Amino acid sequence: MGPTRDAPVLAVEGLGKSFGSVRAVDDLTFSVRPGAVTGFLGPNGAGKTTTLRMLLGLTRPTAGRALVDGLPYAEHERPARVVGAALEASSFHPGRTGLGHLEVFAAQVGASNRRCRELIDFVGLGPAAERRVGGYSMGMRQRLGLATALLADPPAVVLDEPANGLDPEGIRWMRGLLRAFAAEGRTVLISSHVLSEVQHTVDDVVIIAHGRLVHASSLADLGALATPETYVESPAAGALAGLCDDRGWSRRADGAGLVVAGVPAAEIGAAAYAAGIELHQLVSRGVGLEDVFLRLTGGVR
Amino acid sequence: MRAALVAEYRKLVSTRLWWVLLIALAAYLAFVGGVLAFSIVFAPDGQDTTMPGGADAAAGVYGLVNAIGYVFPLVIGSLMITTEFRYQTITQSLLVEPRRTVLLAGKLVVAIPLGLVYGLAGMAALVAVSAPLLALKGDGAFVTDPDVLAVILLGVVVTALWTVIGVGFGAVLPNQVAAVVVLLAFTQFVEPIARLALGAFDATSSVARFLPGAAADGLIGASLIGEMGGGSGDLLPRWAALLVLLGYAAVLAGVGRLTTLRRDIG
Ligand SMILES: Nc1ncnc2c1ncn2[C@@H]1O[C@H](COP(=O)(O)OP(=O)(O)O)[C@@H](O)[C@H]1O
Ligand SMILES: [Mg+2]
Repeated sequence: MGPTRDAPVLAVEGLGKSFGSVRAVDDLTFSVRPGAVTGFLGPNGAGKTTTLRMLLGLTRPTAGRALVDGLPYAEHERPARVVGAALEASSFHPGRTGLGHLEVFAAQVGASNRRCRELIDFVGLGPAAERRVGGYSMGMRQRLGLATALLADPPAVVLDEPANGLDPEGIRWMRGLLRAFAAEGRTVLISSHVLSEVQHTVDDVVIIAHGRLVHASSLADLGALATPETYVESPAAGALAGLCDDRGWSRRADGAGLVVAGVPAAEIGAAAYAAGIELHQLVSRGVGLEDVFLRLTGGVR
Repeated sequence: MRAALVAEYRKLVSTRLWWVLLIALAAYLAFVGGVLAFSIVFAPDGQDTTMPGGADAAAGVYGLVNAIGYVFPLVIGSLMITTEFRYQTITQSLLVEPRRTVLLAGKLVVAIPLGLVYGLAGMAALVAVSAPLLALKGDGAFVTDPDVLAVILLGVVVTALWTVIGVGFGAVLPNQVAAVVVLLAFTQFVEPIARLALGAFDATSSVARFLPGAAADGLIGASLIGEMGGGSGDLLPRWAALLVLLGYAAVLAGVGRLTTLRRDIG
């Protein structure tokens, strides 16, 4: 199956939202291209859900605008046929069956009851289709939300924290699905508060903190921000620290030793040897993307 | 708009609530109607009671669908909106139909057939139990008397109106628990007491006719409270009563559209 029309660009321009004195989203600008999976990342409370709600016309911005193919979501003729969305808090009537839930919203996106049945099987809820959602697990609700988003087979998909509550098998399945969507040329935007959760799914990243944009690039470019670190341990700790300072290396204490940022192990080893400093450990540590993410968002480990 | 109606219809029938409340309404009316008909029929003769007799009695009994039944259509109507907020399905509803006026209009329109079903079921239960009892007395059940027939038919119609008003009320007060509590308090205490109190004085008795329950009594042309309260039985003419009830629905829906449905969702 392929998208039913050209995939739209999703764009946010100078977007802002204040709740009283809380600036949930502040002068945010970014765009999401078709044919790729974009990860919308930031710690809890960064403003991801609020941004997505504004993009989908549920919440009114206090500044700027959010556009789907140049037009606000709500001004599209049949918006849910252009963007299929599942929001974190989008919830279900516990007394309705999974299939019943899909059928309720199918009429307005032009999906048949047969399509609902196909979708509920597709997301792996076939055996639970006639059970009430009140008895669904978190992961099952995620799958049902995804099925709802896909009702119209939309060219763009927006999912808020889709990995929450999914088991590892489910995460892998979702990853394959989203990759396939991007390969078909669809626009895919997924949010997460954990980079590592979507690291293997996304092509592009948009990172926000405190409602503001802190980084937007391809995943590869984000990786380039990662600098290697080396862990060194010496019985002559003072001499080692002095050596680092002489060379202008940035260091920080870590357990019994030091972590030197941005300097390869070989260089440190050679310098210590030359200075006659005895080393007990000299270990290269790759810096994970997660560390870069935490640094960008000002988080603490 | 057609799709919005289909969606609202499916929202209703995909959960159990609509028929649970329907059965409750029918059972309640059958019980109270039976008790009232019984007491009319077996009231000691000769003794001058406040009990009405003849066609008035029959109309009063069949009018119970409005006089005591109206809380049910009000509640189911309000739930059409408040459950969306309670379970946040409002988010998904607005994703597939961002035009909020269309969403509200869909609910108001679907409330009409839903209310008619409630009215039919309630009236059927009421008549099925009370007509045979009333027929025991020489006066009879009067189900073919034109005035009584009008009460029966308009009792069904007014139930549909109550359902529409309930939707409007839900739009004004989307908090489900609060809405149900306010509806119960208003229908069971506030309005009956207000009607009796206002009706007790000449200066205010004409105001009492405009209370929603009194207007509905005016529409069907039978008033239990009016007859029992003695003297305050003056009701609005049918056309005016209909306009008053439609006015309540329109004002509530309008206020709901401009408040609840204009706010941010989430
Ligand atoms: N309806 C609301 N009223 C008041 N504050 C809100 C509301 N929605 C979100 N916020 C606040 O806005 C900030 C961003 O929230 P949110 O967008 O949910 O973040 P995220 O999805 O990234 O975790 C938080 O500080 C949150 O408390
Ligand atoms: Mg969120």
